[in-house]
Formats: sequence, structure tokens, C-alpha cells
Amino acid sequence: MSSDTDSATPALAVEELVAGYGGVVALNGVSISAGTSAITAVLGANGAGKTTLLRAVSGMIRPRRGRILLDGADLAGRSPEQMVRAGIAHVPEGQGVIPELTVEENLRVGMMSWPLGRSRAERTAALDEAYGRFPLLAARRRKLAASLSGGERQMLVIARALLARPRVLLLDEPSLGLAPRVMAQVMDLVVQLSREHGITIVLVEQNARGALAIADHGVVLNLGRVVAAADAATLAADVALRHHYLGF
Amino acid sequence: MVEFLQFTLSGVVFGMIYAAVALSLVLIWRGTRLLNYGQGGMAMFTTYVAIEVVYRTGSYWAGFAVALAAGIVLGAICQVTIIRPTMNKPPLNAVIVTIGLLTLLEGLAGIFFGGQYRSFPAAFSVTGLRAGGTPLGVSRFDVFVAAAVLVTTGALALTFKYTSAGLRMRAAAFNTTIARLSGIRVARVLTVGWALAGLLGALAGVLVSPSTFLYPNSMDTIFVFGFTAAVIGGLDSPFGAVIGGLLLGLALSYAGGYLHSGASLVPLVALGILVVVLMVRPGGLFSATQVRRV
Repeated sequence: MSSDTDSATPALAVEELVAGYGGVVALNGVSISAGTSAITAVLGANGAGKTTLLRAVSGMIRPRRGRILLDGADLAGRSPEQMVRAGIAHVPEGQGVIPELTVEENLRVGMMSWPLGRSRAERTAALDEAYGRFPLLAARRRKLAASLSGGERQMLVIARALLARPRVLLLDEPSLGLAPRVMAQVMDLVVQLSREHGITIVLVEQNARGALAIADHGVVLNLGRVVAAADAATLAADVALRHHYLGF
Repeated sequence: MVEFLQFTLSGVVFGMIYAAVALSLVLIWRGTRLLNYGQGGMAMFTTYVAIEVVYRTGSYWAGFAVALAAGIVLGAICQVTIIRPTMNKPPLNAVIVTIGLLTLLEGLAGIFFGGQYRSFPAAFSVTGLRAGGTPLGVSRFDVFVAAAVLVTTGALALTFKYTSAGLRMRAAAFNTTIARLSGIRVARVLTVGWALAGLLGALAGVLVSPSTFLYPNSMDTIFVFGFTAAVIGGLDSPFGAVIGGLLLGLALSYAGGYLHSGASLVPLVALGILVVVLMVRPGGLFSATQVRRV
């Protein structure tokens, strides 16, 4: 177990988190810290606990023990509705769009965590900003999200999460099932969000090579425990670790 | 030909009532995949509240307004007190609870209001309208029934489509996980869904009771018809529920009118339609869903 010596203050720190489903313990004392405005890749095989970690941090499952610190405040045990208001947005794996709603309605759902007092003009401005960043979505704003391609859907899901104005963005396998070119676009976008917009990103990926290529920092999980945590270059250079846990 | 016109018009009127009940079932089904067997009981109970208000104040409209308000309150209270605790339990628990709710409400109605048949007043004349010399088979009150349901469902449709509260309800119905992760307080949205279902049920109860009399079980048949209409429409689709209600209203009106001893066959015809729809198109006519667990 390598120690975390990241000098930047972590925006998100998870300490000794224990969580699971019924009798199954999927996370058994996991600690990670995600540096402010950095990309932290969470890697590991299927069943390592990556998705469970994100689900616990966003409140979708209630941790049995441990702390979830956002800028120092412990949020463990809060509901997803409260977590997103606190600044943690979670893009779950797979079908993240609501296909029965239009593109614009999907985006409006992203603003549901806003305080009621926000004006219509502010909401419209936020929508316009999203369309400015994702022109493809602007062209399809009145179309049902069901009509979008896989890459467009992933853009829509990320755009919706950004409308919640998160400080921490949890991304679960954003490149899953995308063509290589589209996958590269999504990864570029993730880098842009961290570098240009200062969003702290926790990226869960099956594609460890691609994730480490853009991440600042990496954490490797195995069977619900952290087996390695270091900066991304160090992890990528560790041949034994790669063979053992990352499959490349 | 005159007969056909009469059966059609009265079919449309009753169809609107089935549509209101169907819509109330759809509102709850969409949110939680729960069929509310207590819906008819809730409608019956709020109609009793209305009849008491009408007798005490002498004003039909006071009773009408109180019934709708009582429907909203009863729906919200039921959701918060007895449905919410079942939400993390197996789905069958909630179903049993709604059946218990029906039994409870019918029992309480018997205790509070008595078991005898009571007549419920109509807002307008119930004598048949005529076009020229031709009797149309519907009354002024029937026109009011159809209009009231149309206005209510229209207002609901506009709310769902164009308001933020409506979008919240749709998002929560389509995908609870995404809704919660986006900050929608889904538990609260479900309470609103039950309140609106209560409103629609109360409306149906007040509108149908002048033709059926009011007694503790009086909404049972209407519930079955509303359920059939909802299944025809696909249970998931508010639009389908209204069309399903109209189709069923017409089918039952023609069956009652044209078949020998038709009136007594009407509930059987409804059940027959229910069985055929479930066999031939289990997803309903307007549902995108292919398979459904019931």
C-alpha cells in the first residue's frame, strides 16, 4: 500500500468507508482523496468496488461506516438529493439519459437542485452556456433523447451533471460502449472540465490505460480495498501492478 | 340511427369517468409501479364527504369543491402514512397495503355514513337533451361530466408538459435514480402524484354517483372499469388512459344498448375486454413498454 502524499488540499476525501448490499461488503475500509481540480482515476477489475464507491459518495447507498469529507465537512449518510446540493454530481454508468424526455428537458432536470429563487433568465443563460459547449445538443434540443447516438448521450449526461454546478464530478465509465474516436472526445472533455473549469473529477474506468493517460492521480481497488494509490505516471509505470490488477 | 347516436354520446360521457379513474391509476403506477387498489375506496369516501357538505350547506358546489380538496388531502395522507413505509420492502407489500386501504375505507364509510344506498345530487338537469325533435340520450349534467374531466385532464397535461413541477414528476416517473441524483426529492414528488390521483378519483366519484347511487362499495365496479381503461391505454400513458376510457365507455355503452339483457352483461363485457387486451397486447395500445410485471 503506497501512501498518498498529494500536497494539494483534497476537495473530496473518503476515509475508512465501509459499504455494501445486504450481506455483501463491497467496500471494506476504503480511503481515497481527490485533489482539488485534479482528475483521480479509480481503477480495478469487475467487482473491485469502484461503482459502489461512487454510489456511496453520491448517497445512492448509505455507508455503514466511514467519512465522506467535502472540503472538510462530513457528508456520509446524506441522500443523493442532498449530496448534489452539497456539490457532488454523479454520472452513473450506462443509460444516463432519460430517453422519454427531450434533450432540453434532460438538461432542465440538471437544474432541479438549484434553489427555487433562481430566475428564469439565470436558467436560460445556463442552458445557453451548455448549448455553447455542446453545439450538437443545441441542434437537437427539441428531439427526444432516445434519438441520440451513444456519444451524444454521454455528452448530454455530462452536460446535465454540469448544470448542477458541481465542485466534484463522479464519472462512472463514461467511455463504456463508445467508438474509439468518441471515447477520445469524452476523455478530452473530462480533461477540459478539470483544467479549465476547476472541477474535481473522480473517474471510474475499466479502460485503465486511457484513464491513467489523463488522470493526475490513481487509486487501484481490489475486492473492496485500496491496493495502490499514487500519481498516475507512477501507477502506469508499475508493470507488476498493471499485470496484476489493471490488465495491460 | 338515433339509437346509435344516443349510445355513442352516453358512451363518451361514461368513458370520461372511466378515463378519470384510469388516469388516477396511471399517475400512481408511473411513479412507483404500484396499482392502487384503494383508488375506488378513496373516491367513494370523498364522495361521502361531499354528500355531507351538500346536505349541510345546501350548496352542490361547496360539496364539489370539498370533495376535490378532500381527494388531494386523502391521497397525500395515504401516501405519507401507509405507502411510504413500504417503499424499501418487496413490491407485494405495497399492493397488500392498498387492498387493506380499500377495506379500511369501505369499513369506515359504513361506520360513519351507514351502509344504505344514498342518492347523490347532480349539478345540472338530468333530463335528456334534444336536438330538434331527436333525443340525444345525454343530459345537461352529462355534458358537464365530460367537460369537467376534459378540463381537468387538459390542465394536468399542460402542467406535466410545460411546468417545472411537471418535469420533476415525469423525470421521477421515468428514472428515479437519475431524478434523485439530479436533486429531485422523489419522495415528495410521489406524494404529489398520490394527491393528484386523489383529486381525479374524487372528481370521478362526484361525477358518477348521481347515476349509480352512493354506498360503501359503489365505486368497486367503476374501479374495475377504470383499471380496464388504464390497461387498454398501457398503464404508463396518461394519454392512453383517456383514450382507453373513451374506448371502454363506447364498448360498454354499445354492449349495454344492443345486446339482449345487455345491462347486466356490462361488467362481464369489461372483464372480457380486459382479458383480450392482456392476451393480445399486454403492453396496452399506447405503451412503449414491451413486457410488464403485474
